Amino acid sequence: MKNMTKLGAVSALSLIVGATAAFADNIKIAFIDPLSGPFASTGTNGLHQYQFAADHMVNEKGGVLDGQNFEIVPFDNKISPKESLIQLQVAIDQGIRYIAQGNSSGVANALTEAIAKHNKRNPDSRVLFLNYAAVDPALTNDKCNFWHFRFDANADIKMDALTDVMAADDSMKKVYIIGQDYSFGKAVAAAAVANLSSKRPDVEIVGNELHPIGKVKDFTPYARKIVASGADAIITGNWGADMLGLGKSVIENGYEGPIFTYYAAGSGMTAAFGESAKDRIRLISQGGINPIATEEARATYDAFEAKYPEGNIDQSRIFNVIGMLAKAIEGAGTADDVVAVANQLEGMEYDSMWGGKIFMRPQDHQAIQDMHVGVHTNENIDFDYDNSGYGVFTESTVTMASMDSPTTCKMKRP
Amino acid sequence: MELILVNVIDGLVTGLLLFMLSAGLTLIFSMMGVLNFAHASFYMLGAYFAYQISLALGFWVGLLIAPLIVGVMGAGVERYGLRRVHQYGHVPELIFTFGLALLIEELVQFVWGKNQMAYDIPDILNFTAFSIAGNSIPAYKIFMIFISVGIFMGLLYVLTKTRVGMIIQAALSYPRTVEALGHNVPLIFMGVFGVGTALAGVAGVIAGPVLGTFPGMAFVLGSIVFVTIVIGGLGSLWGALVASLLIGWITTFAKSYNIAMSDILNGIGIATPENLSDNMFRDLWTVTSPQIADILPYILMVLILIFRPAGLFGKRES
Repeated sequence: MKNMTKLGAVSALSLIVGATAAFADNIKIAFIDPLSGPFASTGTNGLHQYQFAADHMVNEKGGVLDGQNFEIVPFDNKISPKESLIQLQVAIDQGIRYIAQGNSSGVANALTEAIAKHNKRNPDSRVLFLNYAAVDPALTNDKCNFWHFRFDANADIKMDALTDVMAADDSMKKVYIIGQDYSFGKAVAAAAVANLSSKRPDVEIVGNELHPIGKVKDFTPYARKIVASGADAIITGNWGADMLGLGKSVIENGYEGPIFTYYAAGSGMTAAFGESAKDRIRLISQGGINPIATEEARATYDAFEAKYPEGNIDQSRIFNVIGMLAKAIEGAGTADDVVAVANQLEGMEYDSMWGGKIFMRPQDHQAIQDMHVGVHTNENIDFDYDNSGYGVFTESTVTMASMDSPTTCKMKRP
Repeated sequence: MELILVNVIDGLVTGLLLFMLSAGLTLIFSMMGVLNFAHASFYMLGAYFAYQISLALGFWVGLLIAPLIVGVMGAGVERYGLRRVHQYGHVPELIFTFGLALLIEELVQFVWGKNQMAYDIPDILNFTAFSIAGNSIPAYKIFMIFISVGIFMGLLYVLTKTRVGMIIQAALSYPRTVEALGHNVPLIFMGVFGVGTALAGVAGVIAGPVLGTFPGMAFVLGSIVFVTIVIGGLGSLWGALVASLLIGWITTFAKSYNIAMSDILNGIGIATPENLSDNMFRDLWTVTSPQIADILPYILMVLILIFRPAGLFGKRES
């Protein structure tokens, strides 16, 4: 009888241990991005897309390896690099091996440095940095490291493709460049000046300025300067509330030309721009959704809309991150050894459901992919943003943009 | 020259908007001695309520009803929150309003989400009133000017010419005497708090369509409102007006003209150092006025506190 009790206790205990083991088997991805403050909407929408992509592409299909699920663990960094480093430490302490971040290159610069140091000092708990949206070129050039992978095209690649489209318009004579005052805004401005002066030396750059990020209440004074400069095109890298504020303000205050930009869609922005910005805003991005590329993508988008009726897939590369990570983990046969996973990611060719191929360039860990220039409109839109009837329609595509672009990265491998 | 006129109008709009926020705050402060940290949150609530109402009943109904709701909420906060905390002193009151600000932001995110709301200018005002050298002045801005000037006139009239205003002013300085004369001072406090928050609500209703309606809108405007009332003098309506306009014009002009620090320094006879990239004052030399436009009001506040601690129109000594 005594033995029976012991046996029962042991088996109960082993069940508990087994249960915790199964629970711990989830492959956790820390999502470190702003979930409060002025950029909360951008961060939260990104989180929803991550969670949906993990469920839809991995968990509902039986997981990776022997049934391990992806779990997205959100951390709010309030868009502050300092806060991000604290959250990174918390994530590492929780045993998380994959860090996803995208909003603000300032944060990404801090994270990539901290991760490189951490991995050097703690070979037992190394982590990978999945950068899905921070596009400062330095991250895959001077500041590159083995642990950082960028799934979005960097600011130079985007500007190269965007200025190709701009250069084709002969009526454009004066361009105004405006952006947020931090590494990304400066990178956009530098790339715009370099590209325009080589592709269209006749075009005059009538303004090139930076404004504080997330702090401008009213863009009217900037809009006045733009109108007064006589510009017939604007280039900006603004995102979040800064993009909407600038865009609305220039249109209201008498600017007539187009706005060439990176992130002027989704998160309520498309609805807020509405009719006023029709055919005025042109965006460069990867993965266009109008027209949709594949039936798989259509089904995915429909499922997403069923789950988040208010949401948009405005960062389709998040699905590529999840897809490529799953493929790399399968290829490596383990999720714990991040060096093996990183080696799988390096040089990976991946067929995206949003169309085209994605090639993770081994020399700098920059994803090379098709770039699309789309226009804000309500015509021919299958999938609108913000349920507004308006969306982004792809006008032109550059396949495998900047495939052979140079990099200054000297990758040190472990 | 034309651009100066345009900037004067733009600065006026910014300043008057700021005035509607700071007028309520400064009245509440002078009456109760409480800095209401949640003031900008009532501004945000005004915008969100007006957006929700405008979906069903149109912009104009929103303009009428949303400030009323915000005012009633404000009065409720005073009656059932602040009044109870009041007996424990000023620090608990400050903490209470601070907590309320956080609570309102979370509540707004909970109900409306974190996205930008598509709260738009009504069609009837969505046209260009006139243009100055290619710079169009939207009719909505003219409308904003009229609304805020109207509110200022109304407030000034009520406070200085009516019986209610006199009782309020008396209650400001000698609350116990006024109470002894048979007036219900707590009711006056509640009324002032309600009107103050309703003013913030009006500001939210008319600013929402131009400055964007999103959960960060209170945060973006919060600190500048305090700067305004400190510069103007705590408790002074005229001070709030002058300080708001001053801040509106300073920031607008600083952003509109690229005045470089190196030009100013050269102008007063200091030559640009040759090796600028190695110079320890490099950041100072390369700064331009649009970059520092948003901190100019804070610099002004520090100067005012040093040279005129009571503020431009303040009467208080301490």
